[in-house]
Amino acid sequence: MTKKINEAVEIRWHGRGGQGAKTACLLLADVAFNSNKHVQGFPEYGPERMGAPITAYNRISDEHCKVHSNIYTPDYVVVVDETLLNSVDVTKGLKETGALIINSKKDPEEIRPLLKGYKGRVCSVDAERISMETLGRNFPNTPMLAAVVKVSNILEQEKFIKDMRESFRHKFLHKESLVEGNMKALLQSMDEVKVG
Amino acid sequence: MAKRDRMSGNEAVATAMRQINPDVMGAFPITPSTEIPQYYSQYIADGLVDTEFVAVESEHSAMSVCMGAAAAGARAVTATSSAGLAYMWELLYVAASSRLPITMAVVNRALTGPININNDHSDSMGARDSGWIQIYAETNQEVYDNYIQAMPISEAIRLPIMICQDGFVTSHGVSNIELLEDDEVKEFVGEYKPENYLLKHENPLAVGPYGTSPYYMEVKRAQAQAMKDSMPIILDVAEKFEKLSGRKYGFFEEYMMDDAEVALVVIGSSAGTGKEAVDRLRAEGKKVGLIKLRVFRPFPRVPLADAMCKVKAVAIMDKAESFSNSGGPLFNEARSSLYDLPGRPYAINYIYGLGGRDITVDDYYEIFNDLFIIHETDDPGDVYRYVGVRDSRYEEGGFDHRKY
Repeated sequence: MTKKINEAVEIRWHGRGGQGAKTACLLLADVAFNSNKHVQGFPEYGPERMGAPITAYNRISDEHCKVHSNIYTPDYVVVVDETLLNSVDVTKGLKETGALIINSKKDPEEIRPLLKGYKGRVCSVDAERISMETLGRNFPNTPMLAAVVKVSNILEQEKFIKDMRESFRHKFLHKESLVEGNMKALLQSMDEVKVG
Repeated sequence: MAKRDRMSGNEAVATAMRQINPDVMGAFPITPSTEIPQYYSQYIADGLVDTEFVAVESEHSAMSVCMGAAAAGARAVTATSSAGLAYMWELLYVAASSRLPITMAVVNRALTGPININNDHSDSMGARDSGWIQIYAETNQEVYDNYIQAMPISEAIRLPIMICQDGFVTSHGVSNIELLEDDEVKEFVGEYKPENYLLKHENPLAVGPYGTSPYYMEVKRAQAQAMKDSMPIILDVAEKFEKLSGRKYGFFEEYMMDDAEVALVVIGSSAGTGKEAVDRLRAEGKKVGLIKLRVFRPFPRVPLADAMCKVKAVAIMDKAESFSNSGGPLFNEARSSLYDLPGRPYAINYIYGLGGRDITVDDYYEIFNDLFIIHETDDPGDVYRYVGVRDSRYEEGGFDHRKY
């Protein structure tokens, strides 16, 4: 008797406490669920402090994900705060067939030398600027989530955009400007993310 | 009609509670179970349920509230973790001996020393002799399903029940789940109609009186018998639940055991990771299996021993240390259950996952490899082992397990 091996797409998020990396991770689980996927979204918990490095994880697959351990060889790594490059080995275990997606004003070729020889794709998006332009405040979540979906291609993009509009409408029931702002941030990020 | 949804294990428990709408909740917040009373208070504030929520100043009082309510004939619930459960300790025994069917959601977290908020089973394993039924879950789905089965079991046998899940791993991890309709759950759980209770004026009674020597031991014997008698009830409720949901439950789940040569026995979320290791090893042609224990109290001694006897070597996994020098709590009971059986397998113990230490598919590969070595060499070696720990004892090889 043998079993088919369930291949989940594994994503690791690096952020700082209070930036919303956990929220973005749970939001990705939500949108993937809406695309009929099996999902896991779970942060790595410890004594939480604002600004301290935090890690969160997603598994996304077509069947139930059995594994309950952390993710050590992710397909994608998302870095919500580029200052983490100084203190966290963000590409540790990252598959070269995958990609690193970072919130940065720099181009991918400027980021690559900081990544300890990672040979896979390096993608950057200026989530801070996009957020400031569309929402007037620095909420890097939405643009980062959009960049992940664009780069990883784990979800059907048109459906993702439609689902996110619904999700924002639900979340910001009485704040129409936030729905539009977030949608703009989302589309702009999918458009601007640089793949190197 | 089942509803497809996604949520954390804590929200799943709170949802099951909302669907049941118990009479009284007494609760005090402690990580990682805090979200359960938090979600539930919101449901109360939103008018979705009419439970009397008693915000207490400690877990000792939370359990006291539940006991008072249950003695008065109400359906009472609480939720806790770790030190919160430890603070209820004294009353756990009183609730059980008073035969009060209280339902407690336990979100397993390490006991303090050193302080730690992450998952292991030291809290509920520490309470294993308190006379409560204990049911554990691998996933969000299972903790939801177990919670719905809790009251029909507990109220039928008049024993309190703990519905346990792994802190953070399932309690805070969001994943897919199938929910039952509210009216399906209400109908399944039914109305609580206790035969006797404090406020029943036709039959005045005292609850929790002094147990003098001529009576105390009979009370304990009756509790032990109730624990035994709960076993067919647990299976009966599981069978009814399967008819409702299509999901099958028993004392334990056997995964790829039919032709397995070696196997794991494991409780909780880590069973999922173990199953993935089994899948991958099976794909390599290795005959490995896994037993996931769901019901730890009452301990399913006979059926579990029979299941373990299907293999030649078994690794019994404990997410709690008992400092006994003879292995963890699950190991001691599971291994002892094999004693009278001819053709019993070698049984070794691994202590793992203490204070949130991760256990991975690779760790399970190592364990299965050890089991094959034991099977081939006919030598169990030191049966009391650790996995996933930095341990100088193994590096230096200075300790003779045959001597001590």
